[in-house]
Amino acid sequence: MFDFSDVTTPLHAFLSRLLGESLAVVTECVLVAVALISIYAVFAMIMIYAERKVCAAFQCRIGPDRVGKWGWLQVISDVLKMMTKEVINLRQTDRFLHRIAPFLVVTASMTTFACLPWNKGAQIIDFNVGVFFFLAVGSVGVVGILLAGWSSNNKYSLIGAMRSGAQIISYELSIGMVMLTMICLTGTMSFSEICQQQADLGWNIFRGHIIALPAFIIYLIAGNAECNRGPFDLPESESELTAGYHTEYSGMDFGYYYLAEYLNIVVCAGIAATIFLGGWAPFVVPGLDGFNEVMSMIPGFVWFVGKTFFVIGLLLWQRWTFPRLRIDQILTLEWKYLIPISMTLLIGMALLVSFGLTF
Amino acid sequence: MNFTLFVTALLTGLGFVGLVTVLAKLLAPRSFNAQKEDPFECGIPTRGRSWMQFRVGYYLFAILFLMFDVETMFLFPWAVVMNSMGTAALLSVVFFLFILVLGLAYAWKKGALEWQ
Repeated sequence: MFDFSDVTTPLHAFLSRLLGESLAVVTECVLVAVALISIYAVFAMIMIYAERKVCAAFQCRIGPDRVGKWGWLQVISDVLKMMTKEVINLRQTDRFLHRIAPFLVVTASMTTFACLPWNKGAQIIDFNVGVFFFLAVGSVGVVGILLAGWSSNNKYSLIGAMRSGAQIISYELSIGMVMLTMICLTGTMSFSEICQQQADLGWNIFRGHIIALPAFIIYLIAGNAECNRGPFDLPESESELTAGYHTEYSGMDFGYYYLAEYLNIVVCAGIAATIFLGGWAPFVVPGLDGFNEVMSMIPGFVWFVGKTFFVIGLLLWQRWTFPRLRIDQILTLEWKYLIPISMTLLIGMALLVSFGLTF
Repeated sequence: MNFTLFVTALLTGLGFVGLVTVLAKLLAPRSFNAQKEDPFECGIPTRGRSWMQFRVGYYLFAILFLMFDVETMFLFPWAVVMNSMGTAALLSVVFFLFILVLGLAYAWKKGALEWQ
């Protein structure tokens, strides 16, 4: 199995020898920052293109196909366009809050993005309380959304932000509870250890079998709601609120919300791949040694990205299949169905682990 | 090292937005007219401000959320050591959850979960 620390350890040794300990750490931090921004941007572009093409396929359209072959340059031209559009400052907004809202939203999504375990040894932020940290940082995004809606001094923005706030905090409970269920199984909160364990013992969705599968489905539903998408895209329901909380943002300021929204899907799918589908752990079947050899030859980051895109596919499928719900239906679904179910799952998983019924 | 990297990720996020904002400011054109700076409400002039009292239903759900979120926070440490703690810990957590379910049932009964 390819271990990324085979790259980072010699690099660290080389830099320390060349520049001295403290300067080496600074250089590494700059390298990490550059890598983070580039991967972030690349994934945002892939996501936006994938979304448009998949959505077109679901609606029997072609999708973008004019700029470049199969329209693959469309996203780049969109970015250029957004950069060169005027940023309009409104007369009556709360300037300060209006300005800092995109900072909060993007920083929250980038920090959670840094939590993803790409490969063995290739994880930027790896706390031993990883899952907890992820939930905590992820919640900061809601503050950004509420600020954006409030500071705009626009009724559409305000309604959008309020809906978004109510919806995101509600579904965060399900996400937290489902993660709790899986932590009962793994016994650790660090993403790298969760992955390592799954590489040794098998994917969590197989180990937790009867409990893990409904938990995965709840995670998918709640994940779509967390990202303000799918049947839960009330906060920006274009037919009633123009654009929801970012109505008053223009040019690149709007671009930040667009970026963060798509990256949140990647993060959501990546976390699902980590805690349910094994992260970078290859797919192995006990007993089939030849098959397992071949699977273990594929490097971990290929597995991780593959699984992430598999989950993204599921999320997109869900998004473009169901019609939009009303706010009361959304809250009913969460509070009267998903929370009781996920609490039952938590108890079920605790019993399963106590009686040693896991694989 | 982890905290260094966490601060790096934070600063990367802030720096990215700051840098791109400055870049967009340099690239983007500017023009002024009175209508452009009005709030966008589909062409109709806005009436009043939007900073007003808002529907209480949203806050109700926020309070309920607080209750359950604090509960999840308490459960995380238990979930990590659950396997080694044994039956006594499991029973106490089940009791804890039972009280919470009572809270949810009370809110349900009182109609706090209905959207009017």
